[in-house]
Amino acid sequence: MTLPPCYIPPDDEDQPEDPTRRTFVIGSAAAAAAAFVSPLLGAPAATAEKTKSPPVNATKVTLHVNGKAHELTLDPRTTLLDALREQLDLTGTKKACDQGACGACTVLVDGRRVNSCLTLAVMHGGHRITTIEGLEANGRLHPVQAAFIRNDGFQCGYCTSGQICSAVALIKEGHATSDDEIREWMSGNICRCGAYEGIVAAVRDAAKNGGGNVPV
Amino acid sequence: MFPFDYAHASDIPHAITSGSRDGAKFIAGGTNLVDLMKCTVERPAHVVDINGLSLSTVEAVKGGIRIGALARMSDVASSAIVREHAPAISQALLASASPQLRNAASIGGNLMQRTRCPYFRELTWMPCNKRNPGSGCSAIEGENRRHAVIGTSEHCIATHPSDLAVAVAALDGVITLRGAHGERQVDAVDFHLLPDSTPHIEHAIKHGELITSVFIPDAPHARHSAYLKVRDRASYEFALAAAAVGLEMNGSTIRSARVAFGGIGTKPWRAKFAEAALVGQPATRDAFRRAAEAELKGARGYGQNDFKIELAKRTLVRALSDLAGGVA
Repeated sequence: MTLPPCYIPPDDEDQPEDPTRRTFVIGSAAAAAAAFVSPLLGAPAATAEKTKSPPVNATKVTLHVNGKAHELTLDPRTTLLDALREQLDLTGTKKACDQGACGACTVLVDGRRVNSCLTLAVMHGGHRITTIEGLEANGRLHPVQAAFIRNDGFQCGYCTSGQICSAVALIKEGHATSDDEIREWMSGNICRCGAYEGIVAAVRDAAKNGGGNVPV
Repeated sequence: MFPFDYAHASDIPHAITSGSRDGAKFIAGGTNLVDLMKCTVERPAHVVDINGLSLSTVEAVKGGIRIGALARMSDVASSAIVREHAPAISQALLASASPQLRNAASIGGNLMQRTRCPYFRELTWMPCNKRNPGSGCSAIEGENRRHAVIGTSEHCIATHPSDLAVAVAALDGVITLRGAHGERQVDAVDFHLLPDSTPHIEHAIKHGELITSVFIPDAPHARHSAYLKVRDRASYEFALAAAAVGLEMNGSTIRSARVAFGGIGTKPWRAKFAEAALVGQPATRDAFRRAAEAELKGARGYGQNDFKIELAKRTLVRALSDLAGGVA
């Protein structure tokens, strides 16, 4: 893979071996909080830790995500989106509007695309959930992922995991027969960068290359 | 979100018992309820998951089609039975929300969804007679571009947001409810209520009752029906004006007509005056316009939404013209 010219490989041995954006952000926030402790911020050290006390109205559920079963005990208020991100550390699925208006949180449930922000995690015992992390196979990108790169289907990338999950389902549904049809059936995914031309091209491209395959 | 306890209902009697408790709500797709729970407009103490109930079948039955309340919008939209017997239902569903939301949202939940009035959804606005009965209506003198022009009262001008409910009302749909005391049927046109002085009471359903199915009677005007939705953007948007229309022709003369409006009413608006004006008339643009005028003469704008009265008339004329096959 060719790296962008601005990328400088880390040579600092203190760096974690494979820092994710998430561990980096949490680490930075904790460091910043330690440096500038304000009484208004309360106890910053606790914010990065997961709560140990049992959840309110604790409810058990087994979530099958990307081929793995996870037994969880959740406050039933937990949305599927929050369970994926906060409990399972599957942060590829993004939280944006959190009210079903943008599609950034799109995942596949039993092969069908849904907004993970508007459904409760405890409702999904027994369902097969596929997130952006589950699309690649043996280190190879899913055809839709590859097509988004080939066709410049994103700019900032925040909506992209939702766009890709939605596109996989769209192709599986058979809704990629024309650009107009792709636009209509991708309308549940908003891109504020306006990368729509590339997104439509990527979906059109992936539809010819096995883009509707959903790993479970 | 306020805390609640969660239970999975294994059968209909169990669901009704659980759902009859004070503060209980049924959840199916959750696309409206979870959203409203997040903004704390809805605060159920008990949430009863009904997704395990066998209420998802779409089938042709004697005299029409029956759509199970837990059938998903996407499945009903693509059902061959629905597309043949009641294309307006399929078209209304496909014009609704997004593919993701249609995969999750159920037919029963769609009929139960609550208004998108921003004052209703935003707790910092104290006055809202739907959310806080007796507190007043913020929209009447406020931001009301998207609000209703027909069926309004001095207490509420919120629009009913459903597309499906408009098509169901137009095609003489009948809703079956099951409660602790058995089953009953309610005509779709009577299911949603006018706001009058009680805008917080929106449906004829009683607490603990469950929608089990929606029946659409077979009729020539149902088989020859369509739904047209006009909105601020081409997709994934609520209606500014919409029309569900059905026509039965006798040569070039209209034998029977079914019309309902969406996006302009405080409830899905069955347009009986428009229907009466169409029967016996030739299928011409002038006849369609007269029907639209007949229905909208009782409409009233509130400033920003005055445009909806003319928009609704033109929407109906176009919907009928397209359905009749492009008329002069």
